[in-house]
Amino acid sequence: MIRVSLPYHLRNLAKVGSEVELEVAAPVTPRAILDALEQRYPMLRGTIRDHVTKERRVFLRFFVCEEDWSHESPDKPLPEAIASGKEPFMVIGAIAGG
Amino acid sequence: MSKVRVLVGTRKGGFILTSDGKRNSWEVSGPHFGGWEIYHMKGSPADPNRIYASQTSGWFGQVMQRSNDGGKTWEVPGGGSVPGPESFMNPAPNKFVYDTSAATGKPMTTHQFYDGKPHPWEFKRVWHVEPSLTEPDTVYAGVEDAAIFRSTDGGASWHEMAGLRGHGTGPRWQPGAGGMCLHTIILDPSDPKRIWIAISAAGAFRTDDGGEAWRPINKGLHSQYIPDPNAEIGHCVHHVAMNPKRPGVMFMQKHWDVLRSDDAGENWREISGNLPTDFGFAIDVNTNHPETVYVVPIQSDSLHYVHEGKMRVFRSKSGGNEWEALTKGLPQSNCYVNVLRDAMAVDTMDPCGVYFGTSGGQVYCSSDDGDSWSAITHDLPEVLSVEVQTLP
Repeated sequence: MIRVSLPYHLRNLAKVGSEVELEVAAPVTPRAILDALEQRYPMLRGTIRDHVTKERRVFLRFFVCEEDWSHESPDKPLPEAIASGKEPFMVIGAIAGG
Repeated sequence: MSKVRVLVGTRKGGFILTSDGKRNSWEVSGPHFGGWEIYHMKGSPADPNRIYASQTSGWFGQVMQRSNDGGKTWEVPGGGSVPGPESFMNPAPNKFVYDTSAATGKPMTTHQFYDGKPHPWEFKRVWHVEPSLTEPDTVYAGVEDAAIFRSTDGGASWHEMAGLRGHGTGPRWQPGAGGMCLHTIILDPSDPKRIWIAISAAGAFRTDDGGEAWRPINKGLHSQYIPDPNAEIGHCVHHVAMNPKRPGVMFMQKHWDVLRSDDAGENWREISGNLPTDFGFAIDVNTNHPETVYVVPIQSDSLHYVHEGKMRVFRSKSGGNEWEALTKGLPQSNCYVNVLRDAMAVDTMDPCGVYFGTSGGQVYCSSDDGDSWSAITHDLPEVLSVEVQTLP
């Protein structure tokens, strides 16, 4: 089971806790996780990545095992720690503005 | 006795203020969607418990919310869990995509940017939601960059009414200081095919065929800040108001100047008269007296706060030109707040209730046509919009 950590406002929007668990078939990639997330929680479509281009929204980041994966290919396989559920795939809201 | 429900959109959430018909004692609920910008909330005239809200964020983009119980609970239309992959992406909640199809979109790729250069259309947010007068599941959305969208499934999916951007002047539109927003949508209760809209800083436009064909209606507007002050488009219209009992008589607050039209926008004439300044954003019309108009003069386009540090609503009972300051109950010193374009509303009671919200978080109410005012609440976040529902 994949674990996904969401920022405060998206938790409220999806009416979930700090983490959600998702079934994601191998290979586990950022795109596969976000597809599964948006399928399970359609209200999140467009809030993490663009509806059409699927580009990450600029004020969001993806953290993986203490590394910034925001600029990695969305089709790059994630580490085993993510695929096994040992570590969460973290969607982070950038600290910006007031 | 009737009740009123005031829907307040703020920079950090939505609030719902309710009172009985006396409009003296209020209950405040909220924040709904705390921390998000709520640009606008408006109830369906056909089903007052149906309320639509535009929830937006620089981080997370645009979300549309809908309530079916008068604002007690909310849902993202089309946002329920989808059981299987076959239905993935259908519906697509919160999806606002410009129509660029050859068949209906008359492909529109650019407008003018601040520097006068072509710039691609980019969706940013929904400024205004306008529920249908007759169908609870039909709702219009005015968006930035300027376009009008329509949903006929309760907000679950949205489709651009592309004839507006495609009618011919779109490539010459430019943004105002607040962005190129379509902020005003007025539906004609006497003609379901007639819609008025306004855009900063392109001007006012009208369709007479339900949204297929649109044209500018800016004759009589004079704006010295554009190269041709009398141009067909390019005017920074801040807001337009109409008493639904008298369709076609329109009142406009332009960047500078207050104007009226008695022929559905074909011709406008200035009615600023004795206003201390005719810059402003908000304008509205008394429900029971269609020649009674309210504005809130703002010092200038460089100083976005009320004139002379006094919170004054100005009222004309003669359809313009002769204005009186309404001050009873409003701060008359050291007041430096703004009242934004969608932050004034009127109820349908008699005497008419008039409401407005400020950039300082106050929401004021008058239950006597504007003669006297009191603050419903003082300390909300910056108020972006105010709407009111009169309930049985």
